[in-house]
Amino acid sequence: MLSRVAENIYWLSRYVERAENTARIVSVNANLLLDLPRGIAPGWRPLIDITGANALFEEHYKDYGERQVVRFLIGDERNSGSILSALSAARENCRTIRDFVPRESWELLNELYLYARDELPKGLTKSGRHVYLKHLIQGAQTMTGMLSGTMLHDQGYDFLHLGRFIERTDMTTRIIDVRSANLLPEETTELRPFETIQWVSVLKSLTGYQAYRRSEQIRVLRGPVLRFLLQHPVFPRSVNYSLESLRKSLEKLPRNEATLRIAGRLKRMLEGVEPRRLNQQQLKSFIDEFQIGVGDLHDEIARTWFLPPPELEPKSPSQSQSQVQTTTTARENKKEERG
Amino acid sequence: MSIDWNDYSCEDFYDELVEAPGKARDCVDGLLQDLEDLGHDELVTRQEAADVAIKEMGITFTVYSEEGGAIDRTWPFDIIPRIIPQSEWDRVEAGLRQRVQALNLFIDDLYHDQRIIADGVFPAEVLAKSVNFRPQCVGVNPPLGIWAHICGSDLVRDADGTIYVLEDNLRVPSGVSYMLENRLVTKRVFPELFEHYAPLPVDDYPSQLFDTLAALSPRPADYPEVVVLTPGIYNSAYFEHAYLAQQMGCELVEGRDLFVDDDDCVYMRTVDGAERVDVIYRRVDDLFLDPEAFLPDSALGVPGLLRAWKAGKVALANAPGAGVADDKVVYAFVPEIIRYYLDADPIIPNVPTYRCMDSDSLAYTLEHMETLVVKPANESGGYGMLVGPASTKAERERFAELIKKDPRNYISQPALKLSTVPTIIGRKLEPRHVDLRPFILSADRQQVTMGGLTRVAMRKGSLVVNSSQGGGSKDTWILPDCAKD
Repeated sequence: MLSRVAENIYWLSRYVERAENTARIVSVNANLLLDLPRGIAPGWRPLIDITGANALFEEHYKDYGERQVVRFLIGDERNSGSILSALSAARENCRTIRDFVPRESWELLNELYLYARDELPKGLTKSGRHVYLKHLIQGAQTMTGMLSGTMLHDQGYDFLHLGRFIERTDMTTRIIDVRSANLLPEETTELRPFETIQWVSVLKSLTGYQAYRRSEQIRVLRGPVLRFLLQHPVFPRSVNYSLESLRKSLEKLPRNEATLRIAGRLKRMLEGVEPRRLNQQQLKSFIDEFQIGVGDLHDEIARTWFLPPPELEPKSPSQSQSQVQTTTTARENKKEERG
Repeated sequence: MSIDWNDYSCEDFYDELVEAPGKARDCVDGLLQDLEDLGHDELVTRQEAADVAIKEMGITFTVYSEEGGAIDRTWPFDIIPRIIPQSEWDRVEAGLRQRVQALNLFIDDLYHDQRIIADGVFPAEVLAKSVNFRPQCVGVNPPLGIWAHICGSDLVRDADGTIYVLEDNLRVPSGVSYMLENRLVTKRVFPELFEHYAPLPVDDYPSQLFDTLAALSPRPADYPEVVVLTPGIYNSAYFEHAYLAQQMGCELVEGRDLFVDDDDCVYMRTVDGAERVDVIYRRVDDLFLDPEAFLPDSALGVPGLLRAWKAGKVALANAPGAGVADDKVVYAFVPEIIRYYLDADPIIPNVPTYRCMDSDSLAYTLEHMETLVVKPANESGGYGMLVGPASTKAERERFAELIKKDPRNYISQPALKLSTVPTIIGRKLEPRHVDLRPFILSADRQQVTMGGLTRVAMRKGSLVVNSSQGGGSKDTWILPDCAKD
């Protein structure tokens, strides 16, 4: 399989996952705010914190109001992490590999993008937002299901998995990071009012509430929620599960030693931590370090299997191929800032 | 409403199916009868079914727009086939083989001893002004001495029934995928016609193409590593590049997928590491192939590719520099070229051509511009042309100046009355002008497509068949005999 094709599949998958995750956090935040009294409600800023695009946001918007944040996350094409940008990038990546992707998946993705674009005004209204986001989440899920049900499970499928689970690991850890910081300015044993409801919303952002209740059978508390999201072996959005899926796909690929080494390090790091014993500061530095490791894993995947980056800036912008921008995103840059 | 062939107007042009109002050509009376039996409404229904099939099959061509990225348009297709009797086709095919054989000898000669110039048959000044001659290729010996492995020659038929070669495309001719898909669509929407007729099959082209390419491999193998090199998804022929790669079971690569190593071999970057490539069917123009040898700004090519090719470590089809024989002034010399290298008369004639570099021809051209088509040497796709009968006085005057300034760069030809084929226009059948592009493959042996791609100008009276400018296409049938069984 050509490196370029592998790379396109990887990014296609990452962008679809990103669109879905972003739709989830917007949707859940809107619900959460309805449940909280004004004084306690964290507002909309945490969503921008999660995506890490604060600088870009502040360049274009005066304050972190609902309207501004939602627009930025759903439909602002200046934000490469917005749902619309992610779907557009997924579509461009998919376009070049239409031979590898089942035709109906390409058509679905195309429809999804057109829906996101054409119905955007509806998605920006309070009353239309829910339906809009739900459609996008379902569309992304359908895409994922269709690909696993119809695509050849060959190397291309492994790269599809890599993209999905790298993105998911990234998003899950970001949500934990930002949301828990918001929730608990300092460690406390006393349950503050409305805290439960906020931890519930964290779970819901990751569609984990129902699964948590079934699996943990205890109240929604910081320690168990963190353990569930980070370490649960079979909850498909937990970090542990994502890492395990990454490892399985990596094992099937040739020349995988360096990537497996990094994945192994991440796994040990995750297993060695006891989330409930970490105070907020420790949790934050754990997640920062972990995210740098995820960034390393991405870099190593790219170094091992993808096309090398062009040595020089393309001299002629009119040549076509440079127009499919795949490799850099605001969030990748963000990780470097963190590191 | 039924079809009445007596109402079909075909007196002014040669129609490929209808000889005279109400009278079919020899081979096709049964076909006209079948169409008549179907009637207009059913024909329109079938045409709609074909349009849907083309959409479903994803047969597209790409038009690039700044705003929306690349846009795939569905391929325009008319369901009434164009028919050529096999006896006539056999002669055309022989003519095409002869022509391409001579052109390959000509190209090889130009890059070596230039005997044809020394012998005074081909003027040195024409070569000196050729924009497609590549000095970088002088002295190179491509495998089997062949430069143009895939040639697409455009044929037209004049009012008296004579078939002419209008031009030869020796660089990166496209359209063959549509020839193949047109047949599939016709089978799908017109199955009953195939009960009465057996047009010769066209679908072995991909394997013939693979054989042609494989024959060029520097490493003998049953399945050498052959790749199709595309400029990318924004190219208008991207569908065809992807289609041919898929049909041949080859990788479709872009320039950045390949690199040339210190051993002068070409490798592609794969998930399993670097893999050596033996043959590149390149659909990228010469000048973009290798930034080290040609345009340094090109991001589409592969640095060092020409070096690898010269070293014989990889085969390129078509060879760089093959386009030298694809210039419209060179075209005018093809009959002499055939006589010179093969000592034979051309089987298919050229359209009579006046080379403005000759003073008599220049004078004739300037005097008769109203009846001539004037073409610059190195433009394709109908750009920069003057169609005399359709021109204004001001346009003719402007062209006269252009020609006088640079006579070497112009030729003129009488405006041909292109033949027609019945075509569904609205809810009726009307004659529309067509041309034909067969494809000729040359390596250790030559092969010609069975027929080719028939392109049709969909606007009344128009001669413009290019799909980007509103042209359509038809299935082309070579019928083995004239009896409907």
